[in-house]
Amino acid sequence: MRHIKWVVLVLVALSLVAPLAVAQEDTGEGLTIGFSQIGSESAWRTSFTNAVKAEAEARGINLLFSDAQQEQENQIAAMQAWIAQGDVDAIVLAPVVVSGWDVVLQEAKDAGIPVVIVDRNVDSDPSLFVTRVSSDFVHEGRLAAAWLVQATSGQCNIVELYGTVGSAAAEDRNQGFNEVIALFPGMKIIRSETGNFVRTEGKQVMESFLSAEDPANICAVWAHNDDMAIGAIEAIKEAGLVPAKDILIVSVDAIPDIFDSLDAGETNATVELSPFMGAPAFDAVVSYLNGEELPKWVPVAGKLYTDRAAYDADHQ
Amino acid sequence: MLEQLIPNLKNQIGKLKIGNFTWQNSRAFWTVLALFIIIVANRLISPNFFSIQMVEGRLIGSLINILDGAAPIMLLSIGMTLVIATKGVDLSVGAVMAICAAVAVMLINQYESGATDFYYTPPFVILIALGTGALCGLWNGILVAFFDIQPIVATMILMTSGRGIAQMITNGQSPTFTDDTLAFIGRGVIFGVPFPIYLYLAVFLLVYLLVRRTAIGLMIESVGINARASYYAGINASLIKVLVYVLSGVCAALAGLIIAGEVKSADPHKNGEWAELDAILAVVIGGTSLSGGRFSLGLSALGVLIVQSLLTGLYISKLHPTANLVVKAIVVLVVLLFQSDEFRRRIRQLVRRRA
Amino acid sequence: MSINEQTQFPLLETQGLTKSFIATLALSEVDFTLHAGEVHALLGENGAGKSTLIKLITGVHPKDAGTILLEGKVIEPRSPGHAQELGISAVYQEINLIPTLSVAENIFLGRQPMRFGLVNMRSANRRARELLETFHIDIDVTRDLSSYSIAIQQIVAIVRGVDLSAKVLILDEPTSSLDRHEVETLFSVIRSLKKRGIGILLITHFIDQVYEISDRITVLRNGLKVGEHQTQELPKVKLVSEMLGKELTDELMVQNGQQTNGESEHETFLQVRGFARRGMMEPFDVVVKKGEIVGLAGLLGSGRTETAHLIFGIEKSETGEAYVKGQKVNLTSPQKAIRHGFGLCPEDRKAEGIIDDLTVRENIILALQAKMGWFNHLSRKRQEQLAQEMIDALRIVTPDTEKPVKELSGGNQQKVILARWLISNPEFLILDEPTRGIDVGAHVEIINIIKRLAKEGKAMMVISSELAEVVDYSDRVVVLRDRKKITELEGDQISENTIMQTIAER
Repeated sequence: MRHIKWVVLVLVALSLVAPLAVAQEDTGEGLTIGFSQIGSESAWRTSFTNAVKAEAEARGINLLFSDAQQEQENQIAAMQAWIAQGDVDAIVLAPVVVSGWDVVLQEAKDAGIPVVIVDRNVDSDPSLFVTRVSSDFVHEGRLAAAWLVQATSGQCNIVELYGTVGSAAAEDRNQGFNEVIALFPGMKIIRSETGNFVRTEGKQVMESFLSAEDPANICAVWAHNDDMAIGAIEAIKEAGLVPAKDILIVSVDAIPDIFDSLDAGETNATVELSPFMGAPAFDAVVSYLNGEELPKWVPVAGKLYTDRAAYDADHQ
Repeated sequence: MLEQLIPNLKNQIGKLKIGNFTWQNSRAFWTVLALFIIIVANRLISPNFFSIQMVEGRLIGSLINILDGAAPIMLLSIGMTLVIATKGVDLSVGAVMAICAAVAVMLINQYESGATDFYYTPPFVILIALGTGALCGLWNGILVAFFDIQPIVATMILMTSGRGIAQMITNGQSPTFTDDTLAFIGRGVIFGVPFPIYLYLAVFLLVYLLVRRTAIGLMIESVGINARASYYAGINASLIKVLVYVLSGVCAALAGLIIAGEVKSADPHKNGEWAELDAILAVVIGGTSLSGGRFSLGLSALGVLIVQSLLTGLYISKLHPTANLVVKAIVVLVVLLFQSDEFRRRIRQLVRRRA
Repeated sequence: MSINEQTQFPLLETQGLTKSFIATLALSEVDFTLHAGEVHALLGENGAGKSTLIKLITGVHPKDAGTILLEGKVIEPRSPGHAQELGISAVYQEINLIPTLSVAENIFLGRQPMRFGLVNMRSANRRARELLETFHIDIDVTRDLSSYSIAIQQIVAIVRGVDLSAKVLILDEPTSSLDRHEVETLFSVIRSLKKRGIGILLITHFIDQVYEISDRITVLRNGLKVGEHQTQELPKVKLVSEMLGKELTDELMVQNGQQTNGESEHETFLQVRGFARRGMMEPFDVVVKKGEIVGLAGLLGSGRTETAHLIFGIEKSETGEAYVKGQKVNLTSPQKAIRHGFGLCPEDRKAEGIIDDLTVRENIILALQAKMGWFNHLSRKRQEQLAQEMIDALRIVTPDTEKPVKELSGGNQQKVILARWLISNPEFLILDEPTRGIDVGAHVEIINIIKRLAKEGKAMMVISSELAEVVDYSDRVVVLRDRKKITELEGDQISENTIMQTIAER
C-alpha cells in the first residue's frame, strides 16, 4: 500500500535524526563531576535526578549533587564552591533560568573546569560552556505524528492542544508534528488552541472543540503535554464519547498519570520527555577532556509508549 | 445613530427596576451590554453555542462549560470584590489556592493509605483546608489592618512565599489522590449541573446576605471611600479589613479545592497560577473601582463571565492561539473604556462635532 | 492686542449660560461680566449656582447652552488645564494640591524649570521663595506642603494660581481658612493684581470682606441671576435679603449672649483633668455640663482642634484622666468615646466628615449603625424614615434620601454630619467649625440648631473662628493660645473684646 511506503520513509528519516548512541571505551571512571539540579518540583525532575545519579554510579563517576531549591543564587553558590575548591573535573548544570550565568561560567572557564548545560537553555556565549544536552522537542512532535499516521493509515482530522504560546516546547513540538503530517494529504489539523500546558485549560479547550465541531468529525487529539491530554479525556468522557476509541489521543511527557489513563484504555500513546540526560552529558565531558570537537547541542530524544509494560521495561 | 440608540436603549432598560438595583447605574449597563455582545458573537461563530444536551445525566453545552470553567475565579471574585471595596487588594489568592489544595491532598492521602483518625476523613479535610485559607486571610488582614502595611505589599508576601509553602507541604511533588468526596468538589454533578456552579451560588448567597442584610456592606463601602471619616464615625475599620481578607482567603481555599478536585491532584505550581490577576481583572470589569467604595458582587461575577465567554469564543474561533492574548487585551480595553464616563463624554463630543 | 480692544469688550463674559445635571437645573441663562482690573464678588446661598458657573468657565463641566467670551472671543474651555492655557486660573476652597510634595514642587507642578532635561529644584525653590515673599510669607519651601497649616496651603494654592500668569483669577472661598492678618496679606496682593489689569472673580461668605475688596457684586439664587450691583451702592441688608430671597429677621442680628445664667446648676457631664500630648497640646482641664455650650476660642493653630481630638479619642492623651457623669472612663478611640455618648463633627468636612460616594441616607445612619453593631441592622425602611426625619428637621436641601452626599452643597453636607450624630442621640456633641464655608442662611440655621440642642439638655463644645458667633451662644468660653489653655470666661466676661484681649495678652 501507498501509505505503508510513506510510513517506512518517515521512520527511516526519524532514525537518522535520532542521536546515534556511540559506544565509548572511556566511561569517565574516576572523574569527579558536580551536578547542580534545579530542585525536585515534579516527578519528572526527580526521575531526571535519579537517572543522572544511576548513570554516574554505573560509570564509576564520583557525583557531587546539589539541589538548588528553585533558586539561581543557590546554583551559582554551589558552582563557585566547586570552582574555588578545585575538586571537580567538570560541572553539569541544569539551569533554573535562562539569563545571569555569564559570570559564573567565565569563572569556571578561567579555572579550566568544563561545564555542560542540561535540560533548559542559557543565553550565555556558547564559548563559555562545552555543550548543551537537552530534549529534542521537534523530534517528539515527529514521533507523535508518525504514530498517528500509522494508527489512522494517514487519514485523520486532528485537533491540537497547543502548549504555552511562544515556549520552545510548544513551538517545536508543533513544528515537528506538522513536518510529518505535511507528507500525508489525509492528515489535517482542523483546530488548534492553547491550553497553556494546564489540565483544566486543556479540558476547557476540548469542551469548546467538541461543541464547535461535530465530534464525529474529530479523529484525534494531539496534545503538547500529558496534562492537557488528561483534561481532554475528561471533556470527551463528559460529552458521552469514548476516549482513545471514538477519538484517539496522543501526547508528550510520559508523566505517571498518563500511564493510569493508558491502563484504563483512555488514551493511546505518549512520547517520553526523556530524563536520560546523564549519559550524553557524561559522554560530552569525557570527549571534551579527550580533546575532541563537540557540537554545541546534543539532542536527547524520548521514545513513544503505548502501554506501561514497555515503559517499565525501559526504566528498570 | 448609535448616539441616539444607546441612550434610548438605556432609558428603556432604565425603567426596569429590580429591588434597589437600577439599570440606570451606567456601569452595570455597560458590563451587561459587553457580556451580551460577546455571547451574541459566540453564537455567530458557533451555531450550536446555546445548545444544551443531557448526556449520561450531565448537561453538556458551551454555556454550562463557561459557568463551570468560570466558577473558581467567580469564587475568588467574591472575596476580591470585598477586599478591593475597602481600598485593598489581595495578590495572594492564587498562592492560597495552591496551599489549601496541598493541605487537603496531603491529608486525604493519609486517609487513603489507611489512617483512621477522624481528622483525615474527607469532611474534616475540607474543613481544615478552608481553615487554612481563613488563616492565610487572617495573616494578610492583620498585616494590613494592624501593622498598616499597604495591601499590595502585605499580600505580596504570601503571594511570593505561598507557592514555596505549598511545595514544602507536598515535599516538592504534585501528589494525586482518588478520594471521591474531595474530587466531587471539582467534578461532581447534581441534577446534571456541575457542582462548582452550586458551590459558587451558595457562597455568593451567603456572602450577599452577610454584607447586604447586615451593616457590614455599608461599613466596607464606608471604609473604602473614606477610612478616616469612617473611623471618626465610630466604625471599627480594622475589624472590617480583617474580615474581608479572611473571606477572601476562604474563597481562595474553595477555588483551590475545585481545581484540585478537577485534576485529582495538588500541583503547587499550576493550581491558581495567575488566578489573582484574573480575579482582579474581573472585579475591575465588573465596575468596582480599585480606589475602593461602592461594590457589586453580581457585577464582578459578570466580569468573570465576560472573560470566560471571551476565552470560549476564542477557543471555538479558528484564530491562531497567538492571537488570544491580543484579542483578550483589546476586548478588556474596550469594555473598560466604555465604562469610563470621560471616554464616553469624548465620544459624544466627537459624534456631535461630526453631526 | 490694542488697548482699544481690551476696553471695548469685557474681559470675561457669559451669555445665557445654562447647565443642568440629572433632574436639576443648576444654572439657567446666566449673563455675567467681569472687567479687567476689577474684583467682582459672586454671591449666593448654597445651591445658588456659584460653583456651577465657575466649573463651566474653567471647563470642569461642559455647558448645555450659552456662550463664554474672553476678551470678546468665544472660548470653549475643555478642562481646567485648557482654561489655564487660555488665561483663566482658579483656586478652589478645597485645596487641590499634593500634600506629599514640597511647597516649591506644588507651585511649579507640571511646569518645573528644567535644566539638562532634569528638574532644576534649586531654581524652583528660589523662585518659589521669591513668589511667596511678595505675600510676605517666609517659609521653608522645600518642606512637604502637608506640614503646613491649611492657611499656608491656601496661600500656596493662590500663589500657584497667580503665577500661571492669568488674565482671570477665580478665588473660591480663599479667606475661609485665613486669620485676619493673612486676609490682609491676601487682599493687598489682590489689589496689586487689580492694578496689573487682572480680573478677579471672588466667591466668599464673608459679607464684610465683600465690601472691603470688591467693586461689583453679582447675586445668584437657585441657578438664576437675581442682581448685579456696584458694591458701594448696595446696602448690606438689601444684599442679604436678595441672597436669601426673603426679608431679614432678627435671627441674623447677633446681639445677645446666652441668658441661662439663672439656671447655672447644670449637672456635670464630662470632666477632663490634665489631658495632654507632646507636640499637640499642653495639659488642660475642662468641664462640660449638660445643657451648656462651651466655646473654644483662639487663633488658627492655638490648639482648638487638638483639644477636640484628644477628648474624642482620635489622638490618645498621654496623661490625665476623664470622667463621664462621675465615672472614670477610657477615651482612647472614637469608638469608646461614642459608647459614652460623644459625637464629633470634624473641621475638615470633606476629609473627615462625609463619606462622599455614599447617599445622604447612608451618611446619616452611619454612626448610629456603627454604634448598634454589624448584625443589628437597621432595615432599609427604618433608615429612610430616620434620614427623612433629619432632612425635614434640619431642612437639608436634597431631592431625596438617595442622593450621593458629595452632590450636596457645603452647608447641607454639614447638616448631614450633624444629622449623623443627632440620630444616634448623643449626650455630648463636639462641633469643630460647624459654620465654616457655608452661606448666611445655613449659618443661621446651624447656630439655631446648636442653641436648641443645648436647650434640650445636651452638653456641647463648639469651636469657631467667628468670635461673634462664639460670644452669641457660649455659656462659657475656653480661650486657647499656642496649644495651651489660657483661661475660661463666664457670664458677663464673654464678649468679643475680652476674648481678643485674652488672646492678645502676653
